[in-house]
Amino acid sequence: MNHKPDNNLVIIIPAYNEAGRIASTIAGIRKVSDADIFVVSDGSTDNTVNEASEAGATVVELPFNLGYGAALQTGFKDALKMGYRFAVQMDADGQHDPMSIKTLIEPVIADEVDVVIGSRFLDKGNYKAPFVRRMGMYFFGIITSVLTGRRITDSTSGFQALNKKVMEFYASAAYPVDYPDADVIIMLHRQGFRFKEVPVIMHNAAKRSMHGGILNPLYYIFKMMLSIFVTLLRKE
Amino acid sequence: MLHFLERSKDNDVQQKIFALIIGAGLFLVIIELVRRRKLAEEYSFLWLLTGFGIIVLILWYDLLEWLTRLIGARTPTTTLFIFGFVFLLLINLYFSLKVTKLTSQVKDLGQKLAISEKADR
Repeated sequence: MNHKPDNNLVIIIPAYNEAGRIASTIAGIRKVSDADIFVVSDGSTDNTVNEASEAGATVVELPFNLGYGAALQTGFKDALKMGYRFAVQMDADGQHDPMSIKTLIEPVIADEVDVVIGSRFLDKGNYKAPFVRRMGMYFFGIITSVLTGRRITDSTSGFQALNKKVMEFYASAAYPVDYPDADVIIMLHRQGFRFKEVPVIMHNAAKRSMHGGILNPLYYIFKMMLSIFVTLLRKE
Repeated sequence: MLHFLERSKDNDVQQKIFALIIGAGLFLVIIELVRRRKLAEEYSFLWLLTGFGIIVLILWYDLLEWLTRLIGARTPTTTLFIFGFVFLLLINLYFSLKVTKLTSQVKDLGQKLAISEKADR
């Protein structure tokens, strides 16, 4: 096991059939960080597992496809078991620029906040989402901002840095594993975690990302509304 | 008019026999499935209740008529169907609960397996 006790940071990358992209994503991270990299292969049927381990990542291989959130949660569970104190979650498809890892993790390591959410909209980026998706992001951004009492510009961002306390929360049954998005930010707020957004660089993904399906935007909207609603109803 | 009434009575008897066959058939099939251990007792409960409910309502006709008046249905058959439908709804809801629980258990199992396999490598 290549776990170094002095290295407290792990980068968690859920990956589903990302062969051809995962190696360059890992290489990109290696240029800017020597943190351990966990790739959680979500039942990939292509060469993702081999490419990721050849590129130097530790690979956790789910026996079947469990979905983006559950794959991510696997990474958190494993990271906790291995005793990591900080984690960065990012996408496998190269959408999240490794250059932003430092910006993300610094406020968490400095104990300013518990979670840092990378926003593609805080700064003028080159990120262009399809219209429907942009509308959805805008809509949930407003709801999240109203409910948390602060301006959230990118409530659907999967580029985050977090400490152990938040990892424990994400590893719990409370974490919405099917679509962890705006509802997670509201949960964080209600749990009393400190969080903030920082501007990050995001690129347009080569293909649709795991959680940005074109197939089910309606289900996504329904599920997010329901999830936010019941989150508000819950007492804990 | 009289002819119509008689036909209606015939229909009632036919309906009762039909419903009785369905109810009793369901009951027997479920008991047999449990006996062969194809169906867990846990799941058989609601099904048996459904079969039992149908049989009781057919045999205890006064109860069925009372229920029919109570819910404002026109014919006892409607009452039977409505109750059957409500039972089916409940059974489906129960299955959705079970599926939710199973999904979450399978997820936890998959994650545990993946993490421990990684540690073994």
